[in-house]
Amino acid sequence: MSTAPSHAGKRSSTLQGGRLPKWAPYAIAAGSLALGIGISAAAGLSSSIQWALIAAILYILGTYVVAAKVENRRQAKDRVVTSLVWVAFLLAVVPLASLVWSTVQRGTKVLDGYFLSHSMGVVADSETGGGIYHAILGTLEQVGLATLIAAPIGVLTAIYLVEYGRGSLARAVTFFVDVMTGIPSIVAGLFILSIMLMFEMEPFGFAGSLALAILMMPVVVRSTEEMLKLVPNELREASLALGVPKWRTILKVVLPTSLGGITTGIMLSIARIAGETAPVLLLVFGSKFINSNPFEGAQASLPLYIYQQYGSGEAAAYDRAWAASLTLIAFIMILNLVARGLARWKAPKTGR
Amino acid sequence: MDTTQIADAPPPTPQPSAGEQKRAARGATRPGDRIFLGLSRGSGILLLVIMAAIAGFLTYRAVLAISKDEGNFLTTFEWNTGVNPPVFGIAVLAYGTIVSSIIAMVIAVPVAVAIALFLTHYAPRRLSGPIAYVIDLLAAVPSIVYGLWGALILVPNLNGLFGWLNDYLGWTGIFDWQGGAARSMLTVGILLAIMILPIITNVSREVFRQVPQMHEEAALALGATRWEVIRMSVLPFGRSGVISASMLGLGRALGETMAVATVLSPDFLIHASLLDPGGGTFAQNIASKFSEATEFGRDALIASGLVLFVITLLVNGAARAIIARRKEYSGANA
Repeated sequence: MSTAPSHAGKRSSTLQGGRLPKWAPYAIAAGSLALGIGISAAAGLSSSIQWALIAAILYILGTYVVAAKVENRRQAKDRVVTSLVWVAFLLAVVPLASLVWSTVQRGTKVLDGYFLSHSMGVVADSETGGGIYHAILGTLEQVGLATLIAAPIGVLTAIYLVEYGRGSLARAVTFFVDVMTGIPSIVAGLFILSIMLMFEMEPFGFAGSLALAILMMPVVVRSTEEMLKLVPNELREASLALGVPKWRTILKVVLPTSLGGITTGIMLSIARIAGETAPVLLLVFGSKFINSNPFEGAQASLPLYIYQQYGSGEAAAYDRAWAASLTLIAFIMILNLVARGLARWKAPKTGR
Repeated sequence: MDTTQIADAPPPTPQPSAGEQKRAARGATRPGDRIFLGLSRGSGILLLVIMAAIAGFLTYRAVLAISKDEGNFLTTFEWNTGVNPPVFGIAVLAYGTIVSSIIAMVIAVPVAVAIALFLTHYAPRRLSGPIAYVIDLLAAVPSIVYGLWGALILVPNLNGLFGWLNDYLGWTGIFDWQGGAARSMLTVGILLAIMILPIITNVSREVFRQVPQMHEEAALALGATRWEVIRMSVLPFGRSGVISASMLGLGRALGETMAVATVLSPDFLIHASLLDPGGGTFAQNIASKFSEATEFGRDALIASGLVLFVITLLVNGAARAIIARRKEYSGANA
């Protein structure tokens, strides 16, 4: 690497070009921050976001100029990209952190034992009080029924694809599982709705479960497939060589080996559908009362409850919406963490 | 069905011995085997049947609705399904869906790629693991929570940005702002960008991590700076991965319902300015019109849902095709 021509006179005899000292970025950062605040104060800008932006732009420009002077253009570009990447990261952290922070902060306001154990039965949207018991019940039932439908079908399909699938049918299934992953949740809801319109049915919880099951199946198939592929072939061959029929090999050797991974996949897919609002809005409709029968009458559900409380536009309802959001996020995060913990705990057994 | 050309690569299954393969292909002889094969093949077929049924039922109800439509279904700027004769069309919805998704992609893709690069190449090792984990978790946050946050926190905080855009870029017409709540297409785009950021970041990060170490070391050995390494070996290797990640994000943005329904204040006009409240998207329109709709109104909504279904199918199909092609090229990590 030759030194840049701009300062060839100074360094031409050494093999290494000029280098900025380690503290230089910090110095430039401090300088641009001070300058940014100075300019903003002089121009009378009140928003701290603008201050930060001006400082960031000054920092990037300053870095480029200084690095191009002392080092060379390529190094300067490298430093600029480094700071851009950092800025992008910090920029993305702000909304995501704000989301988590505001949910926790506002959600804890009304979240307590009473809130979790009462319904909205006699509470108007504008009043304080009330709770989400009916919504939790509805969500658990709908998601539970959806899992009962989707998990066996998904796992069996994955077994077909990995253990039996050859030829055009397997290819078609693989392709359509991929496509199915991308179906918007509202379309799955509309599909069940079109069937319900045909038979003139009223909204009920199980209809929502069917739509959720459609959304869940491809996710289960994908994750189970990955897990079954990890099972070493030697295990299958050893079992088959002992004269064990193929179906017993799958049931007694392949599935137990990959059980941890399959469970993880199913739990992650439950976490995914538990937050779905759109199909529940179309098919289950929501209710203020406790309805423990998913096969008859409108039911509530946690995500739908958030939407309807938000929609009422009352301050007390906003508080309830935040608290329900916090409950929902907590439920989903716990599922996620348990699933990932399970995956890590079971990992060595899948053989590596 | 054009499945053959898109899903050409057979799923990379463990290779069974030739004898086992033959036996499996011929079908099992024992009754237990037959039942089990039947069950598992049956569920595979059931999935195909469901897909066909979705397309079939939606089309059937959509045809019922469109045949009575007095306006042109594709170009009408109205959604009156309660009146007789009904007049409705998807022009505004198609425009809103596409514009909000484009805004989301323009914001999210560069930032997501930068974050993925940050995690794989810039962040301190000790930080990058936990950050990636947290981003993974954020991808699981339900859309209704994003919607609630967007409507109650993001919207009031966007006034500053909107005012600034209006002051300096208002003359373009695109960023003209009349004041009022920031519940416009741009807000929707920004919120969608935040929502799809974790997904695109995750997939891109996976791809960047698979870049062969040799490529990077070769570039470094030639004296490349870190940026040059990324530009010359990481980005070319990851390009198709990033494209398919973006398409997956786009698919989610197109079909997003609740976040848009909570943030947007809809109407049935196409606004030249992105900052003016109004417009609508397919999914948002279905969610907000549904509760007052008559049975015919629901059919009309199903018709618009069918259009959304077709669009997302095309986008996802394209993403999968890109992934499949990439697998063929880089045999190492298929």
